[in-house]
Amino acid sequence: MGKKAVMAGTGVVMLLFLVVHMLGNLKIFFGPENFNAYAAWLRTIGEPVLHESWYLWIQRTGLLACVVLHGVAAYQLSRRDLAARPAKYVHKQSRASYATRTMRWGGVIVGLFIVWHILDLTTLTVNPRGQAGHPYENVVADFRVWWVDVVYIVAILALGLHIRHGFWSAAQTLGAVNKRRDRALKTTATVLAAVLTAGFLVVPVAVMSGLVD
Amino acid sequence: MNLTLRIWRQHSPEDKGAMVTYRVEDISPDMSFLEMLDVLNEELILSGEEPVAFDHDCREGICGACGVVINGQAHGPERTTACQLHMRSFKDGDTIDVEPWRAAAFPVVRDLVVDRSAFDRVIQAGGYVSVPTGSAPEAHATAVPKESADYAFEHAECIGCGACVAACPNGSAMLFTSAKINHLNVLPQGAPERETRVLNMVAAMDGQGFGGCTNTGECATACPKGIPLPSIAAMNREYLRALRKR
Ligand code: HEM
Ligand code: SF4
Ligand code: FES
Repeated sequence: MGKKAVMAGTGVVMLLFLVVHMLGNLKIFFGPENFNAYAAWLRTIGEPVLHESWYLWIQRTGLLACVVLHGVAAYQLSRRDLAARPAKYVHKQSRASYATRTMRWGGVIVGLFIVWHILDLTTLTVNPRGQAGHPYENVVADFRVWWVDVVYIVAILALGLHIRHGFWSAAQTLGAVNKRRDRALKTTATVLAAVLTAGFLVVPVAVMSGLVD
Repeated sequence: MNLTLRIWRQHSPEDKGAMVTYRVEDISPDMSFLEMLDVLNEELILSGEEPVAFDHDCREGICGACGVVINGQAHGPERTTACQLHMRSFKDGDTIDVEPWRAAAFPVVRDLVVDRSAFDRVIQAGGYVSVPTGSAPEAHATAVPKESADYAFEHAECIGCGACVAACPNGSAMLFTSAKINHLNVLPQGAPERETRVLNMVAAMDGQGFGGCTNTGECATACPKGIPLPSIAAMNREYLRALRKR
């Protein structure tokens, strides 16, 4: 049960990051100067106490630890869960929701996406433009390629489903659910998942439709 | 009613087992599911075959002994025990699949009978209160708030049937264990062992080979006594509280 708490805790931290990340992305609608200046500002957080980019590296370390812990706990718990139910029923009947049933593979898809995403827009290794300091132009170059759009859209939808079940699941694991709050927490999970999905999706859609270029 | 039954037959724990098809005729819709199995077994005995082994005791929905998976659902289509499930829930001509509880912690003993003593070991780890023996205590000596009494009673309704484990895709016993813990932890009588109870019972649960909860909710849907899913959150809350206090 300790491992479940680790999953829930790291999940919530990543979720907080995602909310901020999504809001930051939306600055793309204010044009290149604004967006690029925001990205430059991110490197100055904590100054003058911290040196340039130190905050960013602290955050990256923390998030990496979260992703690794979350993934390792998921793997270990999944192995135990599968071992606890070795024989399947001949007469199958699954009533679990799609979001619930896709947590494992959905999580793997999101994990693989995170690797791709970092190679794309952080290290710029696989970005079609890849000019450091010009994130706006790099993002636009990305979403002009149809299969990059497909990769991002699939990952964002998978993330939405993962959060839909994950948020409420974390609340349950951390003991925040009771009979009175159950409905409200489920609604929060749905709204949060929908807002994050929509907020992330508008960026590739805006580039594809020519709204952002 | 005339029905086709496909029932899991397995001679011994080592036997591989398989679904075997039987036909039963003239079943009354007022019979319980177990009475329907009795009819089948009488016919099997008359024709010199081995009757189907299944667990049962009270046949009034309170002991938790009965329990089979009917058409993929623990205790069948109604929210009740197999002994209280009536044949009117089925249609003439139906084919009904009957399987034992499936979980690593509940090995099949024979046919539809599984060994549920893993539950007993979870109970032994903390599902009790320590009281001085002797003359019965004065009933009003320990005041219990009405809200706590109701909450305890709601969880005391768990009959330990194991449907929650059978329904869970992870063979998790968290609904059962949460019912037992919440029942005692909310009462003043259970207070002295509040922390050790949850820590020890959860450790015993994990030790018996049950899986973990992924909040799928199949358990609460299957539970004949309506133990709700938030009860697991309440157990998690008790567990995290006990860890902090230790
Ligand atoms: C490395 C990639 C990932 C894998 C393999 C993965 C896998 C999983 C699995 C198997 C669960 C258990 C869900 C359940 O059945 O209850 C889970 C839960 C969760 N995930 Fe992920 N996930 C990944 C990435 C993420 C990311 C990026 C986030 C951040 C948004 C996230 C947030 C959550 C949350 C909040 C939970 C709920 C924790 C709980 O069950 O208590 N996951 N994940
Ligand atoms: S919680 Fe419900 S399903 Fe599980 S053992 Fe108790 S009564 Fe049966
Ligand atoms: S036989 Fe007792 S509950 Fe069904």
